[in-house]
Parts: sequence; C-alpha cells; structure tokens
Amino acid sequence: MSNVGVVIVSHSAKVAEGAADMVRQMVGTDIPLAWCGGNPDGGLGTNVEAIMKAIDMAWSDRGVVILVDLGGAETNSEMAVEMLPPQRQGKVIVCNAPIVEGSVMAATEASGGASLAEVRRTAEELSPV
Amino acid sequence: MPIDSAVIRKLVETTSERIIARTDELTALDQAIGDGDHGFNMKRGFEAILADADRICAQPLPQALHAAGTVLVMKVGGASGPLFGTLLMSLGKAMPAAPSRTDATQAFAAAITAVKARGKSEPGQKTMLDVLVPVQSALIGDRPLRAAAAEAAAATVPMKASRGRASFLGDRSIGHMDPGARSSEILIGAVLDVLEGKV
Repeated sequence: MSNVGVVIVSHSAKVAEGAADMVRQMVGTDIPLAWCGGNPDGGLGTNVEAIMKAIDMAWSDRGVVILVDLGGAETNSEMAVEMLPPQRQGKVIVCNAPIVEGSVMAATEASGGASLAEVRRTAEELSPV
Repeated sequence: MPIDSAVIRKLVETTSERIIARTDELTALDQAIGDGDHGFNMKRGFEAILADADRICAQPLPQALHAAGTVLVMKVGGASGPLFGTLLMSLGKAMPAAPSRTDATQAFAAAITAVKARGKSEPGQKTMLDVLVPVQSALIGDRPLRAAAAEAAAATVPMKASRGRASFLGDRSIGHMDPGARSSEILIGAVLDVLEGKV
C-alpha cells in the first residue's frame, strides 16, 4: 500500500486493539494498521518482538509511525526500530502524541497520502509543547 | 583476565540466580514508586537467559554479552529490557574476548553512554545510571566497587525521580530506593563475586 502505516503499541492489548478499532471505524482501511500490547507472558507491558512484527504487518515503503502509551512502550518501540534491517530503520518514527487521539489523527493524515513527516507533525500537534 | 566459557557460565548463573532470588524485593521497591513490575520483568528476563544459557555460554565473551542482552530486550516486557539489554549489548560490542582492566573500564564507559541515550537520561534522575556512573568512577579511581555500588544505590533514596514512571510521583518518589539502581547493584555484586572467585 502506498500510504504511511500506523502501529499502535500499548501496555494493554485491550487498549491497543480498542484504539485500532477506532482508527478503522473513523478512517477506514486505506492505511496499513497493526497493534500490539502486553508483555511476553500476556500481562501488562510491551514486547519488542511483538512490536517488530507489528511494524512488519503495517509496513509501507512510505514509512510507518508508531503511537505509544507510557514510558516502557516508547523505550521498547525505539529498541524495536533499532533492531530492524538498516534500510527500514530510517522510515519508522515513534510519535510523541497521546495514543488514541494520535493514532486517529495520524491515520487520517496518512489516508490522504501524506508523507511520513506530515503524518508525524499532525499526530504531534496534539502534544503540549 | 581471560574470561573462558566456564567463567561466562558462572557469570550467567550467578547474575540470574541473584536477580531471581530478589524478585520480591525489587517488586516491592517498584510498587512504592513505579508500576510494580520491575521484579517480575527482570525475573522473566533472567529466566530466559538461564533457559538459553547453553547457546550464550558457547560464545566468546563479547558475543555472549550481546546474546544475553538481546534476550533481555526480547523477553523482559518493560522498559528495563531495552535498558539492561542495551547495557549488555554495548558491553559486548566494546569488550575484547580477554579484557584487561583498562579494556573493561572503557567498555563500561561505552555501555553507560548507550544506556543514557536509550533512556534519554543523565545521573541524578533516580535511575540505574545513579549506580552505574559512580561504579565507573570507582573503577577509574581504583576504589572498592561493592561499596561504591551500595552507597550509590542508597543515595537514590532521597532523590526525586525525573525519568521513568516514578517521575509521575514527583516529590512522592523521595524516600524510596530506585529499583533499577538496586538491580544494578545486585548485578555488579554478582559479577564481582564471580570474577574474584567468591562463588
């Protein structure tokens, strides 16, 4: 697909799936979308391996933005990006934005064919400076 | 000193056993100022290292460190995975197979730089860095390392957290030891015990 992809990473699988449901309902299926949540044992937390799989599922040559909730989700997402093949690393951005609103805004912008930088800017408009 | 596969196995087993034995203590520390998962997360990570010990210990020291770090990154499930994982992976990248004290000191410095970048943090923010950095200074100054680690971990008690989950608590984070600092102290103690032949 030629639109920027969106990955949602929460400590909770339910939060991630719920945010993804909202994106699908509000934005539709014009963007690659994937989510993950929970630690490797299924409890609350985040999982680098699952994040890498989600990036792969939502992959677009135009790039992928990741929306995260609390601290560990950000650290684990940045780690996952660094473990990608070098040619993909520069095309994935972890956004500084609230997870639900940021996902919907990023997906809306992406569905219109915006660039990776534009999608990020739109998602991050929601963050206090 | 030469770090052969028997020493590597001893390092893997001793660090893992110590962390696993301290799960409840680390959890209690994290319940006070974090989200209470540090003990379980570290336990999960080090159990995964033990389960993979044959593969890890069959490699020379640099590759063994990198492999153990990768296991932590993949299995911990919290921010401590990438943080402690980055520490080990960076040590592996910077450490020769038979390190001198100077080599080890330089590799430790490189690993601390990598942890700072991963956590976007500096010493004084009530994190694992508040143990790693003073131990690095003691290593350079040839001062006792166990005492440096213990004093540094204790010194996180009056600090106010400004990174990680504990930072949400602001002043209420004061009065509790940082769990990542305590884990770092435990790991450093285990490594010293092995290298000094005490276990």
